Amino acid sequence: MDTPFAIKGIRDGLLITLTGDEWDATQAALLHAIDDRGDFFHGARVALQVGERDLGASELGRLIHALSEREVLLWAVLSESDVTRETAANLGLAVQLSPPSVEEAARDTELTGDDAVLVYRTLRSGHSLHHPGHVVIIGDVNPGAEIVAGGNVLVWGRLRGVVHAGAAGDENAVVCALDLSPTQLRIADQIATSPERHGDPKPEMARIRQGQLVAESWTDDRRR
Amino acid sequence: MTAKIATITSGKGGVGKTTATANIGVALAALGLKVVCIDGDIGLRNLDVVMGLENRIVYDLVDVIEGRVRLRQALIKDKRQDDLYLIAAAQTRDKTAVSPQDMIRLTDDLRPDFDWVLIDSPAGIERGFRNAVAPADLILIVTNPEVSAVRDADRIIGLIEAEEKGPGKLLINRFKPEMVRRGDMLATEDILDVLAIELIGVVPEDETVLVASNRGSPAALDDRSKAGKAFRNIARRLNGEDVPFEILEKRDGVFGRISRLVRPGEG
Repeated sequence: MDTPFAIKGIRDGLLITLTGDEWDATQAALLHAIDDRGDFFHGARVALQVGERDLGASELGRLIHALSEREVLLWAVLSESDVTRETAANLGLAVQLSPPSVEEAARDTELTGDDAVLVYRTLRSGHSLHHPGHVVIIGDVNPGAEIVAGGNVLVWGRLRGVVHAGAAGDENAVVCALDLSPTQLRIADQIATSPERHGDPKPEMARIRQGQLVAESWTDDRRR
Repeated sequence: MTAKIATITSGKGGVGKTTATANIGVALAALGLKVVCIDGDIGLRNLDVVMGLENRIVYDLVDVIEGRVRLRQALIKDKRQDDLYLIAAAQTRDKTAVSPQDMIRLTDDLRPDFDWVLIDSPAGIERGFRNAVAPADLILIVTNPEVSAVRDADRIIGLIEAEEKGPGKLLINRFKPEMVRRGDMLATEDILDVLAIELIGVVPEDETVLVASNRGSPAALDDRSKAGKAFRNIARRLNGEDVPFEILEKRDGVFGRISRLVRPGEG
């Protein structure tokens, strides 16, 4: 069975969109998921999108109670139903997410696209990191470690392991590192190995240009 | 006394874990400390041979863990040093005869009576390795200046970090300064560059080690052995002394960079 809800991180905490038809089953499935992933939800602020569903005080009250028992704070209920909105307002819940400030709205336009994962440590030999979005590493990627990302890979450190950016076929993906010396570098379906290095390492970006994998120095004039 | 438990491991086989365990054990005992070495390589024991105690084994680790004998009965006293003991591995069993909890219980029983418990880990990253690192307060990772050994050491460091036992200290064994100078071998700084953990010692390649192992008389007992000296220095560092890194310091030119990298507490 498909999960009757979707969870998304937003500025104000988590937004959970309930998609199931049957209220009791949907609610049970949600509580079950929260019990399963206690650490993730513990202390979370949650906004609930319930769609066109009409919810009365008893139904919503029970859910608030069940969530608070799990230390999850429900602070907003979003709905197209007037009944539900009124119930929520009566229970002291917000009925809309606060509009983003102008400044944040401007910044958000830069952030569209896939999710990214940030790893703040060195990936050692034998470690394999797979992620459908972008991958950002603050640390080194040692020989024997592997990163496979659907999007871009950024390494604030030395990249010496195997890296595959645009693993789902995105030829526009790039790989950047302060020291780009991977055992093997792949972007989409192109594969390359690192040439022998001469001189000190410098920040570089690898990408596909005219069907060819190239590594370009970040400090080249044309980039500035 | 409350013993510190140090596990000597490497990932890769043949880098000198057993030799290092025996020599550090001997050297710690020579400092007047009470030491027990445990052979964690059940089924492929050889610490007893390197320590020259093969013919004294009556009971082994598995006998203690399975409750057939008391711990005292399995402690084999060294023939040269009063304060050095060995617990031998069983030869006829395999790693599954022991669990990580067994090792923790065993070492806890040893703690009150010793200053150091050294555990010689088997190669690999499976059950035997898990058994050996489970009780450790400190993990010494032995590597050789070659790419494959460093790769495995890196994997081990990752694993012990995951078990929150890390990052451990690095022992570079079989180091050949001449080969490094010719550019044919990884230099200490190349290794530290990748592994980024604290160095506990660099042991030069030395024929006396092999001869000593075959004779069952660890090189640390030999005043003329260069490797023996390096192991004695490692023991002193484990004991809290600040001992300079001798081999490296003799090399002109390299010294400046090395001394920066091996500053205590770094990494």
